[in-house]
Amino acid sequence: MSPNDPLMTSLALDVAHLFAGGLVVVSFMLLYQDRMTAVINIFALHALVVSLSVAWQAAIQDAPHLYITAAIALVVKAVVIPLALHRIVMRLGIHRTIEPVVGTGLTMLAGIGLVALSIMVMLPITQQAGTLAREDLSFALSVILLGLLLMISRRNAVSQVIGFMSIENGLILAATAAKGMPLVVEISVAFSILVALIVIGIFLFRIRERFETVTSTCSTSTAGNSRERHLAAAGSGPRCRAACADRR
Amino acid sequence: MLLGERPSPGPFLIVDDLNVVFILISTLVGFTTSVFSRSYIAHELEVGHLTHAYLRFYHAMYQTLMFGMNLALLANNIGLMWVAVELATLTTVLMVGIYRTPAALEAAWKYFLLGSVGIALALFGTILVYLAARAVVGEGLDAMAWHILVANAAGFDPALLNLAFVFLLLGYGTKVGLVPLHAWLPDAHAEGPTPISAVLSGLLLNVALFAVLRFKSIMSSNPAALAPGPLMVTLGLASVVFAAFMLYRRQDIKRLFAYSSIEHMGVITFAFGMGGTLANFAGLLHMVLHSLTKSAIFFCVGHVAQVKGTQRMAEIRGLTVSHPTLGWSLGLGVVAIAGLPPMGLFMTEFLIVTTTFARAPALAIILGVALLVGLGALLLRLNGLAFGDPDGRSDPDTASFLPIGLHLAIVLAAGIWLPPALVAWFQYVASLLN
Repeated sequence: MSPNDPLMTSLALDVAHLFAGGLVVVSFMLLYQDRMTAVINIFALHALVVSLSVAWQAAIQDAPHLYITAAIALVVKAVVIPLALHRIVMRLGIHRTIEPVVGTGLTMLAGIGLVALSIMVMLPITQQAGTLAREDLSFALSVILLGLLLMISRRNAVSQVIGFMSIENGLILAATAAKGMPLVVEISVAFSILVALIVIGIFLFRIRERFETVTSTCSTSTAGNSRERHLAAAGSGPRCRAACADRR
Repeated sequence: MLLGERPSPGPFLIVDDLNVVFILISTLVGFTTSVFSRSYIAHELEVGHLTHAYLRFYHAMYQTLMFGMNLALLANNIGLMWVAVELATLTTVLMVGIYRTPAALEAAWKYFLLGSVGIALALFGTILVYLAARAVVGEGLDAMAWHILVANAAGFDPALLNLAFVFLLLGYGTKVGLVPLHAWLPDAHAEGPTPISAVLSGLLLNVALFAVLRFKSIMSSNPAALAPGPLMVTLGLASVVFAAFMLYRRQDIKRLFAYSSIEHMGVITFAFGMGGTLANFAGLLHMVLHSLTKSAIFFCVGHVAQVKGTQRMAEIRGLTVSHPTLGWSLGLGVVAIAGLPPMGLFMTEFLIVTTTFARAPALAIILGVALLVGLGALLLRLNGLAFGDPDGRSDPDTASFLPIGLHLAIVLAAGIWLPPALVAWFQYVASLLN
C-alpha cells in the first residue's frame, strides 16, 4: 500500500484505532465475568485482538519484524496459555469461582474513570508524537490500568495472572505504536517467558495440592477445601493469612 | 578492561565511570556469596532441605542472575537494560521458591506479581522515553542509547519525560523496595535460601537503583522537566521512617534485616535525591558499604539459622557464648549496619545528615531521628541474640568465615581510613551524577 495515498492512510489509521479501541472494550469485558472459563475465553479474545493490531501495525509501518511479535501473541497467548489455564482450572475444580473484592458495578465505574484519566493524561502530552502513536498510547495506558484494576479486584491466582497478561498486551500495543522502536520482538519474547513461568508456577501450586507433600500450619489450616487451598497457594487466602501471621 | 582503556560506547553496551563502581561491587559480593553458598548449600543438602537436582538448578540460576545484573549495569540501551532487569528478577523468583514450602511459594508468588507489575510499569516508562527521544534523535537504536539520550535530553518534550519518569520511578522503585512498594521484599528475603537474601539485598536492589539514577540524569539534563530530586527524597524518607519503626515488631531474624535493607535503600535514595557532589558521594559510598555489610550479615544469619534450626529471634539467644566467632561477627555486622562508629556506614550517614542539615534542616531532623530509632531496634535485637545464656538447639558451625571477615574488614577500614585515590574517584563519579 502506498503511504502517500491519503484515503488509504486515513483508512489504515482508522483500522489501527479500531483494533486498539477494541482492546479496551475487551478489557472491560474481562472485568464483569463471573465464571473462570469465561474469563479465560475472553482473555484469548484479548490476545487475538492484540495480535491483529500488531499485525496491522506491521503492515502499515512496513516493519516485518512486528509480524513475529504478532505471531508470538497469537500462538502463545491466544492458544497455548488459555488451553493450559483451562486444564488447570478444570483439574482444580475452580471453574465457577471468581471472588471479586468489590462489586462488578463499582469495578466498571472505576474502569471508566481510569480510561478517562488515561486519555486526559496522554492526549495533551503526546502532541508531537503523531496521530497513530497518540491515540494508541492512550488506549494502551487504559488497557494497562484496567489490567491493574482486574488484578486488585480479584482474589484468585488465575484472575490475577490474566490481569497481568492483559497489562502485558497493553504494553505490546504501546511498544508497537511507538513507531520504529527497536527490541519490540525481544521484549515480547521476554514477556512470553515471564508468562510461561507464571503458568508453570500455577502448575507447581497444583502439584503441591494434589500430593499434599507439605505439612505446615498454612496448608493444614486450610486442608479439606480445594478452593481455600488454592487461595492459600496464591498467598491470598484470609485463613492462610491468619495462620501465617505468627511468622511475621 | 574496566579500569584500563575504556571501549567507546556501542549500540548495546557501555562502560562509563558510574557503572564501573556498581560492577566492581556486584562482582566482589557475587564472588564472596558464591563462596558462602558452597558451605551453606552443602549443609542444606545434608539436612535434606534440598536435593541434588535442585542444587544444580540453584547454581545455574545463580550464574544467570549474575549475568542478568551485570548486563543491566553494562547496558547502553534502555530496552536491553529492561530485559536484563527482568531476567534477574525471574531468576531470583525461582530461587526464592526453591524450598517448595507453602511459605516459600507464597513469598515467590508475591514477589513475582509485584515485581512483574513494577517491571511492566517500567517498560511503559521506557517506551515513553523512546517516544520523547524519537522526536529529536530519530528512529532506531540511537533513540534508546544512554550516551545519546543524555547528550540530547535538553531537547526532549518535558511533559512526556515527566510522565515517563513517574512510571520509571514507580516501576524500578518497586524493585528497589521503596515504601509503599516494598511489600514483596521481607517475604522474599525471609523464605528463600540465605545466599539469595544476601545478593537480593546487596546487589539486586542496587541494580534497580542504578536504573533510576540513569533516568534521573536524563531528567536533570532537561531544564524544563520536573526536578526528579524531591520525588526521590520523599520516597526515600518515607522508606527510612517506615522501616525504622517496623524493625521493632519483627520476630524473624531474616525479616529484621530485610526491613533494615528497606531503611538503607531509603537513605541512599534520599541522598541521591538531595543531589550535590557531597550527598551523591555519601550516597554512593553508603551503597557500596551497605552491600558489603548487609551481605556479611546475611552470611552470619544463614549460619545462625542453620546451627539453631530456626529463624525466630525468640529462640536464638547467647550466640557469643555458644558460637563465639559467629556471634561476634554478627555483632560487628549489626554495629556496622546500625551506623555506629568506627564502621564506614557511620561516616556516610553522618555526611548525608550534615549535608541535608545545611540545605533542608527539617528533613535532616526527620532522617536523623528515624536513623536513631532504627539503631535502637537493631541494638535491642542484637542484645537478645548475642548475649545471655544460650538455649535451644545448638549444632557446631561449619561456616567459612573468609567472606564475612573480608566484607567487615573493608567496612571497618572505610570507617577509619579511605585511600585518597578512592575518595577522588568516588568524588569524580559523584560530580558526574549532578
